[in-house]
Amino acid sequence: MLSIKGISRSFGATRVLDEVSFDVRPGRMTGFLGANGSGKTTTMRIILGVLAAQGGAVTWRGTPVTQSVRQRFGYMPEERGLYPKMKVGEQVAWLGELHGLTRTRARRETGRLLEQLELADRAEDKLEELSLGNQQRAQVAAALVHDPDVLILDEPFSGLDPIAVDTVLGVLRERAAKGVPVLFSSHQLAVVERLCDDLVIISGGVIAAAGGRDELRAKHGPPRFELVVDSDAGWLRDHPGIRVVDVDGPRGVFDLAGRGDQDVLREALRRGDVRSFTPVVPSLDAIFKEVIR
Amino acid sequence: MTVMAQRELESTEVTGTSFVTATRLVAEREVRTFLRMKGFWVGLAVLVVGLFALAVLPTVFGGDQPAVVTVGSAADAVDGADLDARSAPDVAAAERMVRAEDVEAAIVPDGDGVRVIALNDPPTDVVAALTTAPPVDLLDPSDVGQGPRQLVIMVFSLVFLMFGMGGMAIAQSTVTEKQTRIVEILVSTVPVRALLAGKIAGHALLTLGQVVVLAVAAPIAMRVGGQSELLAVMAPALGWFVPFLVLGFVLLAAMWGVAGSLVSRQEDLGSSIGVVMMLVMGPYFLVMFLADNAGVMTVLSYVPFSAAIAMPVRMCSGAAQVWEPLVSLGILAGTVVLVLLLSSRLYSGSLLRTGGKVKLSAAWGRGD
Repeated sequence: MLSIKGISRSFGATRVLDEVSFDVRPGRMTGFLGANGSGKTTTMRIILGVLAAQGGAVTWRGTPVTQSVRQRFGYMPEERGLYPKMKVGEQVAWLGELHGLTRTRARRETGRLLEQLELADRAEDKLEELSLGNQQRAQVAAALVHDPDVLILDEPFSGLDPIAVDTVLGVLRERAAKGVPVLFSSHQLAVVERLCDDLVIISGGVIAAAGGRDELRAKHGPPRFELVVDSDAGWLRDHPGIRVVDVDGPRGVFDLAGRGDQDVLREALRRGDVRSFTPVVPSLDAIFKEVIR
Repeated sequence: MTVMAQRELESTEVTGTSFVTATRLVAEREVRTFLRMKGFWVGLAVLVVGLFALAVLPTVFGGDQPAVVTVGSAADAVDGADLDARSAPDVAAAERMVRAEDVEAAIVPDGDGVRVIALNDPPTDVVAALTTAPPVDLLDPSDVGQGPRQLVIMVFSLVFLMFGMGGMAIAQSTVTEKQTRIVEILVSTVPVRALLAGKIAGHALLTLGQVVVLAVAAPIAMRVGGQSELLAVMAPALGWFVPFLVLGFVLLAAMWGVAGSLVSRQEDLGSSIGVVMMLVMGPYFLVMFLADNAGVMTVLSYVPFSAAIAMPVRMCSGAAQVWEPLVSLGILAGTVVLVLLLSSRLYSGSLLRTGGKVKLSAAWGRGD
């Protein structure tokens, strides 16, 4: 497990991170969510040792992360960058060696990975000759080539077309399935919603919420229900203890103030037949808005 | 192979990258990148061709007829020779003309044949114009003549200038890494010092390789150009030039690296490389223009930045004692160590700072 324990960081007088703590669990895709400037990138850079924390610690399997431990991490920085004039295959293999692979193994892994990322036919091209989407794939390959113990990816899906998102996602999921903790940041809620197992939400340099995605969904956001009856559902507006979000003919959506969901159901049954009565799982968007409020 | 053996093999294949390995990998990449650049080979070719041109052309274009003065019967020896011959009443008068540099040489009777008298150097053009090869007397012999000495100064300082400026590639490579942000991946993987060390090692190796090519080409060129005597005098200086040049290069390379790490974009490089450029160009001009001032040259031959040119030049003209290059090389080596230590701290301090130009004091501090 990768643990971030109480890290703080200021730039000048601005406190960017304040006692940030969370865990990235093995085999889980952890989404790191926050608005622009909320401290996602700073946190990631501290984990990778690119930036020093002014307090707190980052530990991997219970021991502090040192240079040699970090060498086994895979990192995709927010601002993409590889050598523009170096051939893609050569570059990825070189980074593999830099991370401690033998030359033979680095070449083998590069071949395999480029194949998987559908980039094999561009291996002999210079990076700058690739389209932006393909450069992004090369960047993913660079982060994965050494079969890292931990993956830290800053906005890995930005700039990718939907097909590329699926390709990259497949590769990441495969790593996670092998037990690698994967931390990836995003400000695209829909993407994170689809991808992550765990969720860490940061706001203004403070962790607003952290935990399993479904856990958070249950915990945050008001309990919301959708009721579909045979006749008009307009009576919901006058029912005590609920706040109606939307009523449209026989269908009504409402938030519950307390615990009265069964009361609503009984009332509905008294009035006629009930076609459906479903709890609505709040979207990440709702959770996000709620926790950073 | 059993599955277990295979596993074991796999696990031994993943070894941590030591400082040395990281440095080697970085150096390898720099060298490989350079060897693939057309400009690199063109530059080297131009150097070698230039060297041959310098050595051969003076012989080919000998210039005007050399002026000589003959005494008595020696006039017969220059009959039909491609020489501008005058005559003098006696040997003493002829020697006076040689000393006054009115003529290049005097040709005087010597037993059955003739003898050539010249001032500092054997007048190869005069001797070549005569049908026989008479003995040559020098009135004021020098180790190396003015012409060849100028040549030596020019070649040494030009080569040093070129390689010194070549170090700019380190600054550019550093800025490229900052600008493309690959530096974040590099820094999160290997120690920053290994990055700087690798760059310096890689480019020093490239320089050494080129110097060796030139050091091999130079004697050949001089032999082709018929400058064998000059070669004999230059050979030891040439030998000394190599270690001086390599150490001098490392000294500058470290500074080029820092210059590169201070800025974030290629366009801004101009603002940080001024000092280093001055340290490369300064010695070049000082040696070129003050080569005749023995005192200044002595000082320059001990100053680390100019020692690489000044000391070999002094050795070449016989002005330096045997121990002097050793001492100077020692001073240079000490400076290199010191500068490397300072540079690696500055490099580490500024490599990850992006935005405007990093102030040296900020790079030195460890506040961030």
